[in-house]
Amino acid sequence: MSQRFRLPSGGHVDRSKRLSFTFDGRAYDGHHGDTLAAALLANGVRLVGRSFKYHRPRGIFSAGAEEPNALVELRDGARREPNTRATVAELFDGLAATSQNHRGSLAFDWMAVNGLLAPWLGAGFYYKTFMWPASFWERVYEPMIRKAAGLGRASGLPDPDHYEAAHAHCDVLVVGAGAAGLAAARAAGATGARVILAEQDFLLGGDLLNEPGLEVWRQESIAALEAMPEVTLLPRTTVFGFYDQGVLGAVERVADHLPQPPAHTARQRYWTIRAKEVVLATGAHERIIAFPGNDRPGVMLAGAARTYARRYGVRAGETAALFATQDAAYDAAFALAEAGTRIAAIIDPRGDSAAMQRAREAGFTVKPGCVVTGTVGGNALRGVEIGAVGSGGRGDAVPADVLMVSGGWNPAVHLASMSGSALSWDEALLAFVPGAASQHERSAGACRGVNGIGAAAADGAAAGQAAAVAAGFAAAPAITLPEAPAPDHRPYELWEVKGRGKAFVDIQDDVTANDIRLAHREGYSHIEHAKRYTTHAMGTDQGKVGGLVGAAVLAEAREEPVAKVGLPRFRPYTSPVAWGAIAGGEVGQHFQPVRRTALHGVHEALGAVWMDAGIWKRPAYYPKAGDADAWASVKREARAVRERVGVCDVSTLGKIVVEGPDAATFLDRVYANTFSTLQVGRARYGLMLREDGIVFDDGTTTRLGHDRFFVTTTTAQAGPVMQHLEFHLASAWPDLDVSLASVTDQWAAMSIAGPKAREVVAAVVTGLDVSNEAFPFMAVADCLATGVPARLFRISFSGELAYEIAMPAGYAAQVWRAVLAAGAPHGIEPYGVEALGLLRIEKGHVAGSELNGQTTAQDLGLGRMLKKKGDFIGRVLAQRPGMTDPSRPRLVGLRSVDPARQIRAGCHLIVDGRSQGWISSATQSVVDPGWIGLGLLRDGETHIGSVIVAANPLMGEEVPVKVVSPHGYDAENLRVRA
Amino acid sequence: MPGYSGFRILTEGLRGNSGWKPAWRKAAPKPSYDVIVVGGGGHGLATAFYLASEHGITNVAVLERGLIGQGNTGRNTTIVRSNYMLPENNNFYEHSLKLWEGLEQSLNYNVMMSQRGVINLFHNEAQKNAALRRGNSMRLNGIDAEILDRDGVKAMCPIVDVDNGRYPVMGGLLQRRGGTARHDAVAWGFAHAADARGVDIVEHCEVTGMIIEGGAIQGVRTTRGEIRAPKVGLAVAGSTSTLTAMAGFDVPIETHLLQAFVSEGLKPLIDCVVTFGAGHFYVSQSDKGGLVFGGGLDGYPSYGQRGTLPTAEHVYSAGVSMIPALGRLRGLRSWAGVMDMTPDGSPYICKTPVQGLYMTAGWCYGGFKATPGSGWCHAWTIAKDAPHRLNAAHTLDRFREGRMLDERGNGPFFWAQ
Repeated sequence: MSQRFRLPSGGHVDRSKRLSFTFDGRAYDGHHGDTLAAALLANGVRLVGRSFKYHRPRGIFSAGAEEPNALVELRDGARREPNTRATVAELFDGLAATSQNHRGSLAFDWMAVNGLLAPWLGAGFYYKTFMWPASFWERVYEPMIRKAAGLGRASGLPDPDHYEAAHAHCDVLVVGAGAAGLAAARAAGATGARVILAEQDFLLGGDLLNEPGLEVWRQESIAALEAMPEVTLLPRTTVFGFYDQGVLGAVERVADHLPQPPAHTARQRYWTIRAKEVVLATGAHERIIAFPGNDRPGVMLAGAARTYARRYGVRAGETAALFATQDAAYDAAFALAEAGTRIAAIIDPRGDSAAMQRAREAGFTVKPGCVVTGTVGGNALRGVEIGAVGSGGRGDAVPADVLMVSGGWNPAVHLASMSGSALSWDEALLAFVPGAASQHERSAGACRGVNGIGAAAADGAAAGQAAAVAAGFAAAPAITLPEAPAPDHRPYELWEVKGRGKAFVDIQDDVTANDIRLAHREGYSHIEHAKRYTTHAMGTDQGKVGGLVGAAVLAEAREEPVAKVGLPRFRPYTSPVAWGAIAGGEVGQHFQPVRRTALHGVHEALGAVWMDAGIWKRPAYYPKAGDADAWASVKREARAVRERVGVCDVSTLGKIVVEGPDAATFLDRVYANTFSTLQVGRARYGLMLREDGIVFDDGTTTRLGHDRFFVTTTTAQAGPVMQHLEFHLASAWPDLDVSLASVTDQWAAMSIAGPKAREVVAAVVTGLDVSNEAFPFMAVADCLATGVPARLFRISFSGELAYEIAMPAGYAAQVWRAVLAAGAPHGIEPYGVEALGLLRIEKGHVAGSELNGQTTAQDLGLGRMLKKKGDFIGRVLAQRPGMTDPSRPRLVGLRSVDPARQIRAGCHLIVDGRSQGWISSATQSVVDPGWIGLGLLRDGETHIGSVIVAANPLMGEEVPVKVVSPHGYDAENLRVRA
Repeated sequence: MPGYSGFRILTEGLRGNSGWKPAWRKAAPKPSYDVIVVGGGGHGLATAFYLASEHGITNVAVLERGLIGQGNTGRNTTIVRSNYMLPENNNFYEHSLKLWEGLEQSLNYNVMMSQRGVINLFHNEAQKNAALRRGNSMRLNGIDAEILDRDGVKAMCPIVDVDNGRYPVMGGLLQRRGGTARHDAVAWGFAHAADARGVDIVEHCEVTGMIIEGGAIQGVRTTRGEIRAPKVGLAVAGSTSTLTAMAGFDVPIETHLLQAFVSEGLKPLIDCVVTFGAGHFYVSQSDKGGLVFGGGLDGYPSYGQRGTLPTAEHVYSAGVSMIPALGRLRGLRSWAGVMDMTPDGSPYICKTPVQGLYMTAGWCYGGFKATPGSGWCHAWTIAKDAPHRLNAAHTLDRFREGRMLDERGNGPFFWAQ
């Protein structure tokens, strides 16, 4: 059975290139230029899938993106793509496809028993049932439904391919490369405008591909466009959405026509296109007619059968019938007859027409005033039942293995609608067309109801030129246009042939005309309610072939015109888009960039264990041989600081230079404490509040000169603080003469802390007397470190004598090594973020877990920092009663009564059986071994000295803890001032 | 109207389903009611239902500008949970969750509440500590919560890539009783049940003004004429500020847009609701097979129900980072809802400066799960002219008082909540 339905010649397939593929494991051949659907039909494969609910056999229904039935799992293994439309999947050698949604084989699907239960499985059945007994929903009914639902199977494996993103700007974007789109692009391109022509098909031409007589014009047009340097052709590119301000999204299928993407090639490319003007030339979708059995394999859209014959050289069957409501569909009968298919009958509800006469002259049997009342066959069509219009009941059967259906044409208005254009009803077309444009957009050709290739091309050329002129270009001489007769495509109004049996309006989701009527009967009469109640138009085709038919059935039930019923709102995506394409390259390891300090390599060489701090990588600790576990390493590092000296990379802290005549005034306003009184060469701890009075951030700020300050922020808030400062300068106080510069990356910084810190610093720094007298606590000065210009700060987070030394980032490693060398005689140890945390908790310094956006200065014991005079951000709202309420949780220190019992951040503090606070930070002390922490506790001060419970029910822990002062270690600050 | 029963399903099926009647009457407005509820979304319909069922107040109209259930009720990611940290919030949401658990029976309508479990992933120590604090708060308030380690996450949701990626999964906070419900059915079910108790559900009736005399509400002006009532409750989500402006007062609400997405239908792939901790992404799979997913706000105030691409890109990127198998699946549809964002991320269910005017609003993007609880508390507040203890803290005054309910400490930024 090798391509026995393939014609010997004709069309746009290359018969010299034979491609092998499999469907459900069976091997077939096709040709280059085929879609999978075309190749299946060429081989006589009619049954390709099963429907969603009733598991009815389904065949190939269309020849394009609107396909509701022929969905397959394409490829296998990790590249399996469920729900792939065979009608747009380009054939390649070795393609493997599998049918989906059946249990048992495709031909004998035992889930088809659902069809027998149809009286109880109609629209919305699940809302009215599955409620008894109550417990059965989750345990019995829902698992059953979930197992049955869905279409294809995901691979469940990571996608091996990659994707890329591109941005494009153009004067004119033309969407669709049929006659209208080609003409529009040529006309716009001729003006010199930058034009992008996007076409979802792999060949440009649209319906021109079905017209051998117009092939010359098609090729001329493509050649002309290729010759224009400012025109970009994007075949295989689906424009999926029209967003605000002339932004359109598109996906280009770069390598989907290949077995797998070549090396270094993306599978798909996601385009964001910003166009000054847009020409929509998206064509039209042929629509179905609802009649009993309109879903049987062998029933297909008339235009699709014509496309298979003319473009692919494939006969859709041996004997065909045509069921049409307008003359435009008749060309399908002629095309199939030319291809050698016998035309059994043409069924048309109209009395007579030009096309009917031509059909009779060609010798076809024409049945005017008739409709299809049913179909005969099992998994494939065997016959068509024909009856007079309005006769009811079932008519006589005519043998046929193909039934071509055409209920008319729906302009593809999706993008126009998404752009904000209201749709209007065209009474002649019996379809919606775009209304007035709301963005810089115009529709051309069939997508606004223009009839026939010649007229569409002329319409496109006019739209293309108008778009280019609107974009500021001078009109160019007219292009040549194709001449083609235009058969009348205005349909007779026929949406449904009523009769016994299921007549589908949504073929994929098994929504019948009766379902729509049931929805109306139950009050779901608005199209949006009916859609949601029945799932009409909610399948992967989003109602492209039957959406309007369902609306018309609803209109009849409501006794109102279709125009009044309308369609559900169009939303992205015009066709489904690959998740990976929108995700692009920012996935997995590249989801967010990694930020490394200038000392990253140094830490790596020291064997640091890394931790994430936002997007930064910071050393958590540096394990050494002999450390029993992570805690042993952390405590070793912390002990080094308490007893000798340690060095820690603090480069991640945010650093902002604030400069200008009003710098001090500005800082007085953004900080809750005062900076204008700070002496040059001194640092001060500062506290910033949000506008609502909650603590925002803390850090030390230094006065480098009269008008020049150096602000540091916490690592986490570096960005937000910069935004906060910029916002207030720009919007609240534009009168202040201040400029800001973020210098976080320019300066690396390390903290040298411990009783021996001075000796180490003295050995590294030159040009500065670092004695306690000359360089006391909170002093700041420029100096040289290993000969490099550096800045030394005498500040401490650990509670020990400490210095922070900052230097241009490129010199950081050199200074770090010098510090380690100078510290070696003193037993210096590098310490990581864990030890840093341990030390600050022992000392009672607050950090991110306490500055969590919910705490006030008073909560943290910092209330006295709020200046009494002068305004500052957060001052007013910090005085609200709820903020100053003395019963708010206050910062306390905590110590596990049993030193061996761990307490954790996230435990709640239980007093008298109720949660009165929580532990914000916890660690092990090295000064007084045991578990300690900081917490926020209601009436905290009154509980100092008492034992309460730290409860962690999630982990089944209840640990007695003693409430202590948070500042238990060196409360007099003698060590930092030593 | 006869209710839905197994027997009725059976007999109707045999009679061609010809005997079904509208799930709710298409009522025309009467000149006056005891209570008018403005807004026919889930919250408004639930308010009416609980006024009738809990307080015996059945002379009630629900006025809806368009169709019931077409705002955020029909435009969300269907997640139901009560995993909040602040007691004021978790007690409220837990009450709501308990109502969800019996909703099918209360409404005689299957809203397909599905307790599949909700996992919030965490990726570092600080997030874990926050999850512990939140989960312990839940447990201490009698709400189910479990902490999962990395292997526990893997066992519960094997498709999540716990090892690779920029931010390996450390664990997750699980609420097994959380899950999803069929969003449209919630509106229809409350409408069905409220209607059965005598409530008039009036669609296509837009409120154009408030009738206020002596500082007290007397009714509303609508596109279908004046309707009087001594009590009016607002449940209009993104339109709250527009309606309170008619009543002469301002509310701390900014209207923002939030996108959501659904994939093509798939055979079962993801059994629970799972939330990424390192980016804005959450996903569940509907009973129909589509993956329903979303992320954060687009970040600018808008009434337009359209999103922007950069936000979608982040959502898709985060999705593939959490579940690399998503890459080859396809997005089918995206949409945007308008969110009534508050400065602390928590809602208002309260009295207003106008006597007899009440509101449930400011649901940010957490309103769906709150639907029954919001209606229940709103109905209580209307019936008693005083808040229930569950919504006593959810006042408009809390900002003046400095008693914000800021779950995550994001601060007074509408777009950050």
